[in-house]
Amino acid sequence: MTAGKNSRELARFALLVALAMVLSWLESLVPLSLTVPGVKLGLANLVVIFALYKLGPRQAAVISLVRVLLITFTFGNAFSFAYSLTGAALSFVVMLLLKKTGKFSLLGVSIAGGVCHDIGQILVAMAVLGTAELIWYLPALLIAGTVAGVCIGAAGALVTARVKL
Amino acid sequence: MPRRQTGCRLLGIASVYTKSTAWQGGGKVKQHRNDLLLAAAVLLLAAAVWFFSRPGGSGAWVVVTVDGQETGRYALDQDRTVTIGEADYNVLEISGGQAAVVEASCADHTCVRTGWISREGETIVCLPHRLVVRIQGASGELDAVAR
Repeated sequence: MTAGKNSRELARFALLVALAMVLSWLESLVPLSLTVPGVKLGLANLVVIFALYKLGPRQAAVISLVRVLLITFTFGNAFSFAYSLTGAALSFVVMLLLKKTGKFSLLGVSIAGGVCHDIGQILVAMAVLGTAELIWYLPALLIAGTVAGVCIGAAGALVTARVKL
Repeated sequence: MPRRQTGCRLLGIASVYTKSTAWQGGGKVKQHRNDLLLAAAVLLLAAAVWFFSRPGGSGAWVVVTVDGQETGRYALDQDRTVTIGEADYNVLEISGGQAAVVEASCADHTCVRTGWISREGETIVCLPHRLVVRIQGASGELDAVAR
């Protein structure tokens, strides 16, 4: 049957979107942010990185976008949508470009993704609040993004190496 | 599989991965060096931003901004409690030369957890209510007089 391949792809796609969404939700249950808003591990990025390396950029982009949309419709509002979308988009574009250069391993790509996610969110926050004072939070967010990137990257590398599609 | 056996197997997998470079994406040595350089560059940037934006001397004014518009300016050395907003409210307390949001109706309460601020440049942010509370130095005094 020729339908077999397509349905398997669709099922895999749906599974990854669901996984990304559940990871986002799980993460929202455990607030890591103590004093700085927006600090989190970015577990969903694990799925995006996995898709980026195993399925290709287009699929990874769609998974990331659909996750942001679903999370917004389920838990969020217009503002959280703006933060999530900008963070996710900036992080994705930078990860894609870094991966394309071939100069970084998955770990480096993940670090860049984590850091850019935080930068994207703080840029939106600055625009929404109309204040540049938020730059004050940037150092903490950069460090948090690097740590999160290492964690997610290490896990992502193991998963990518072990899971056969 | 007995529990002990599973444990041994997990340990075995862990030990293989700590020795191998699989957790780094199994890339080339050059890639790993670049990863490190990238991380170092980001941390350096963090240090630079921190250095140039760190809070200065002790402040004199508490400036409240909602939606980018200044809505209030209070002397830091006069104790008072101000409620900002009505349905969506934040309670700002100024006491003993420090300011804090002590109560808020927002969902995340990041503003309350920020705690007390007193030094020039320090801020409390409530994203859901688009509220920024900022400490300003004595140079802001002229503005206040002009008002």
